[in-house]
Amino acid sequence: MTWETVIGLEVHTQLATKTKIFSGASTEFGAAPNTQACAIDLAMPGTLPVLNAEAVRMAVMFGVAIDADIGLISAFDRKNYFYPDLPKGYQTTQLERPIVLAGKVDIQLDDGSTKTVRIHHAHLEEDAGKSLHEDFHGMSGIDLNRAGTPLIEIVSEPDMNSPEEAVAFAKKLHALVVSIGICDGEMAQGSMRFDVNVSVRKKGEELGTRTETKNLNSFRFMERAIVQEVARQIDLIEDGGTVKQETRLYDGDTHTARSMRSKEEANDYRYFPCPDLLPVEIDQAYVDAVRASLPELPEARRTRFMDSYELSAYDASVLSDEIATAAYFETVASRCGDAKLAANWVTGELAARLNSEDVLIQHCPISAEPLAALIARIIDQTISNKMAREVFAAMWEGEGEPDAIIEARGLKQVSDSGAIAGMVDVVIANSAKQVENYRKADEAKRPKMLGYFVGQIMKASKGQANPKQVNEVLLQKLDALL
Amino acid sequence: MSIDRSDIEKLGELARIHISDENALASAQRINEVLALVDQLQAVDTANVEPLANPLGARQRLRLDEVSETNRRDAFQATAPATEDGLYLVPKVIE
Repeated sequence: MTWETVIGLEVHTQLATKTKIFSGASTEFGAAPNTQACAIDLAMPGTLPVLNAEAVRMAVMFGVAIDADIGLISAFDRKNYFYPDLPKGYQTTQLERPIVLAGKVDIQLDDGSTKTVRIHHAHLEEDAGKSLHEDFHGMSGIDLNRAGTPLIEIVSEPDMNSPEEAVAFAKKLHALVVSIGICDGEMAQGSMRFDVNVSVRKKGEELGTRTETKNLNSFRFMERAIVQEVARQIDLIEDGGTVKQETRLYDGDTHTARSMRSKEEANDYRYFPCPDLLPVEIDQAYVDAVRASLPELPEARRTRFMDSYELSAYDASVLSDEIATAAYFETVASRCGDAKLAANWVTGELAARLNSEDVLIQHCPISAEPLAALIARIIDQTISNKMAREVFAAMWEGEGEPDAIIEARGLKQVSDSGAIAGMVDVVIANSAKQVENYRKADEAKRPKMLGYFVGQIMKASKGQANPKQVNEVLLQKLDALL
Repeated sequence: MSIDRSDIEKLGELARIHISDENALASAQRINEVLALVDQLQAVDTANVEPLANPLGARQRLRLDEVSETNRRDAFQATAPATEDGLYLVPKVIE
């Protein structure tokens, strides 16, 4: 009997507004503690919330991007619970009338097929502050700068059936919200956080009891947490036990999850309509205007990359998903004039380096213009691909512009045809035996035998001969001897 | 609908309010009187009535996304029982 995994996601996405959802305090990341927490964020008596128009616009923007119905009238509710990083004693959120209704997101699976994940709804709400649990004389420290930062919580239907599908969906959402400019996508700063609902069942049976693992802030943690939770549930059931409905907390340091609270002792949030805020009403003209302002979506960009740059489906997909990568690639391609080569460098050398150093492309030490200048030196045959990789490494280390590095390291390749012909002649003259073997060999086997000659010539030129020219001249001269 | 003493105790716990035994009974009684009124209201057929958020039918006004608040941390923290390094200190929170 095979097991089927059922996964639904709740995704908290911080909106990239300048100010809080209900106050004029800045949302800029990294400020000194509590310097961006105003009287409203602190829940001082007598304060009243006023809704940020930009938060509404961004939520609607998300809605039209996932082809959702928009709640033309939405309303805020209070979710009551006590925690020190929630000064009001309630979170202002939307329960009954969310601003974004049902929509859908298509994900691409590894086998090339497409799957639709339905979005149940997305609602506006405020973020809480941060609790710092390192020891302050036996007390906890509270920073309320984040309190009141606008969020949309995106709630999916349980349409995913594997950790890979869940990650593909999460990445797709990330690419989408960044592309439409409503979220900065900085996962390490908590701009996007995932709660995963997981259950297992035997194929064809009713849905199993689900657990919720909260507050995962990276794709990798999310994947590991799901893999672990699925294994835990299957073990439990196969050993004759039952899964308890509970909330679990994943610890990224130890890669383990533990039970936070079970349903029996679950919080009773006592939701009720927020009396401080009136219903939010928008009209169809507003929604249409937001729809008209929608920038290019990753999907459309992928098609455009395939059409106008003649990229493979794979390259186009890798380059178009994230807007930062797409913009970087397009700058490199237009500056150097060779889109295919630009794609090779951005998905190859650059991506590998960003990955191994764990750097986001928006923080890449080599910006698009210098990389284009480097590629231009390959195109005009000043340097070989191999040399270019050396220059690239030097650029990464901050040694300066490509031309200066090429000059300083004496990396210019020899493309003078006379000089190359001379080197080829010398190597042929010194390799009588190999030339004889080449002449006697089957035509089909000859190309493989060229390696020896090329190696000798490159050695003679100290690696600076233009390999393409060497190949051409060599072939010409050897064929003349046949 | 009516509630009893144990409901009052649970509500007290959720609201972090200590309710003494004699108060619990009295509170249950008073709240039940309110609930009776609610029952009366709920008996009215409102199937074709649009819910009204306020008597004027007003809608939420929106604010421009511009920073209007300055840093007044010192003033706010002057009344806080304990602070350190700009943080508000609270009794240790244990999950």
